[in-house]
Amino acid sequence: MMTATAVSNAPSPGAEPAQKARSKGSGGTLGRYILIRLILIIPTVFILVSMVFILMHMIGDPITAALGGRLTPDQLADRIHAAGYDRPIWIQYFEYLGQVATGNFGTTISDNRPISEILLTYGGATLELAFYALIVAFIVGIPLGMLAAYLRDKWPDAVLRVFAILFYATPVFFAGLLLKLIFSVWLKILPVNGRASVGTELNLQLLDHPTNIYLIDAFRTGNPADVADVLTHALLPGIALGLLTAGIFLRLVRLNVIGTLGQDYVDAARSRGVGELRLVRKHAYKPALVPIITVIGLQIALLLGGAVLTETTFEWKGLGFMLVQYINARDFVAVQGIVVLLAVIVAVTNFIVDVIAALIDPRVRY
Amino acid sequence: MSTTTVVRPSIWSRLPLVRQLAQSVGWQRGMLVAGLVIIVVFLLTAALAPILAPYRFDQLRDANGTFGAQLPPGGAHLLGTTVGGYDVLSRVIWGAQTAVLVIVVAVILSIFAGVLLGLVSGYFGGWLDRVLVVICDAIYAFPSLLLAIVMSIVLSGGKSSLSFGILAAAISITVVFIPQYFRVIRSETVRIKAEAFVESAKVIGASNARVMFRHVLRNSTRTLPLILTLNASEAILTLAGLGFLGFGIEPTSAAEWGFDLNKSISDVAAGIWWTSIFPGTAIVLVVLGITLVGESLNDLADPRLRTRHRAIASSATPTEVDELEEAL
Repeated sequence: MMTATAVSNAPSPGAEPAQKARSKGSGGTLGRYILIRLILIIPTVFILVSMVFILMHMIGDPITAALGGRLTPDQLADRIHAAGYDRPIWIQYFEYLGQVATGNFGTTISDNRPISEILLTYGGATLELAFYALIVAFIVGIPLGMLAAYLRDKWPDAVLRVFAILFYATPVFFAGLLLKLIFSVWLKILPVNGRASVGTELNLQLLDHPTNIYLIDAFRTGNPADVADVLTHALLPGIALGLLTAGIFLRLVRLNVIGTLGQDYVDAARSRGVGELRLVRKHAYKPALVPIITVIGLQIALLLGGAVLTETTFEWKGLGFMLVQYINARDFVAVQGIVVLLAVIVAVTNFIVDVIAALIDPRVRY
Repeated sequence: MSTTTVVRPSIWSRLPLVRQLAQSVGWQRGMLVAGLVIIVVFLLTAALAPILAPYRFDQLRDANGTFGAQLPPGGAHLLGTTVGGYDVLSRVIWGAQTAVLVIVVAVILSIFAGVLLGLVSGYFGGWLDRVLVVICDAIYAFPSLLLAIVMSIVLSGGKSSLSFGILAAAISITVVFIPQYFRVIRSETVRIKAEAFVESAKVIGASNARVMFRHVLRNSTRTLPLILTLNASEAILTLAGLGFLGFGIEPTSAAEWGFDLNKSISDVAAGIWWTSIFPGTAIVLVVLGITLVGESLNDLADPRLRTRHRAIASSATPTEVDELEEAL
């Protein structure tokens, strides 16, 4: 009864901020937030899976698309019947939903491999590339963003911002081609493409249970030459994809640090005689991190899109590279599987990022 | 009397960008001007492509026979020829036309669809609103390039044909952008719906359509120019990305920078630089120009980020002007 009156009293006109604070403060245990956030993944993934399914089935059945000219109409009809593509679309749809729910993303038509196996074989490579890119983005983007905020409206700020825009304006594949041209072709100091040279790749294949994350595998061989080989191959793709994200980080850090620099508590610190550089590094930087972490979640989608392009540029055999191979083979079951899989990865990463943001800042929790 | 003393800004100063230009100072103005110059050059190149380009984008031979493949820059081919035997300079120039077409179609389509959906969704609310919000959030979280790939597979069956290629690319990009316009317009609509003037209009007996388009829509478009510039640059990058993955437009139907870059991957390893550097630089310049303008507009719209005049030049701040216009 008490709570009921309290609630009914709450939405008095003009008291909106107080009400917001209350509703955020009341039920907000971290566990509950994580649970709600976890449940919210389901509709997102469901919509994405449905959307991709419906879109991909608008162009007819995948067997005709993949094998159209190569089989006689009778053989084609047999294959279509065997795979069940002649059944009503809604039966196929529910069957597909059930399969995805149990982790079965289908089997490719062109080379008859389970999509989940493709994930295990090539997912590691994409993960590794995204990891390198994120490292580059952090190393380049965050310090430069802080510097730009510190020197705001002076010429280095302008230069840094133009750089940030340039990083963003350069398509990853063009950045990749330029880097390749400079470091691999003209200077001849870095390999042109691939994830490792043939010898190293053979060494890595000999391991018991290769993780397909080459850096880990290379460390497991215990051979420094393998590690060095893997890292030199990773340098250019990592930089190409990382600089794209670095530009976004730079802009974000700059904007958010400038925002927090205007806060009262920073003014208070400034009035106590804290130096401007220390203000940026100690006082304004940490609160500015929360929105950055949230945005990183959104960047994961961009990063994966960029990975598809980077992998094609450097023949980096990850999920994106395979996706393009299957598109060219007109194997739309494989395309559908990989796209759905990437969508699930994005949804799950967003969930993890939100949980991290909630851990850092209690106000984020519901 | 009081209304006559209000100085209404002249038409010239109310044109888009002019006020911002007058408002900006220092290097902020420099960024805005540089961006505008690049955009003007880009638009002129696109419009004058037939005059500027020495050859057609799909031309392989002239009176002296075929051009030859991978010729270095110089002579009859200022920027060399591609692996397919096309003139690089001509394809870079014609590529501007393709890019403009795709941007214009993509942005117009997505503004129409996004604004309409956002308006209806925010104005009427209810289950339709909830469903649309969830769908748009899901699309928003999806890697946009992948979505564009799926769309272009659907639209063209994986292949592109003639002018349909440009339209297919534009529609693929549109789908990615609709949620952005939807979100912005919807949240503005929800805010404005509660204003007194909307209620007054309803009391007078204005129809839903009239309230929506006359009263709500006109007041909810403040942020559109900003998203528009962001989207224009993203449209170029997405188009180039699609082209690079082989979804763009066939070389015989139009020149597309991303497609040319894809064909140049093997050239790069052989040290042939002119087939990749020129179309790539074209992409970078155009995106740079559009983004510079967008960033400057963003800064100027946000008082915290605006570099201030030493003396305030304009008597009224933008919001005051807007309110005055509304009152008049």
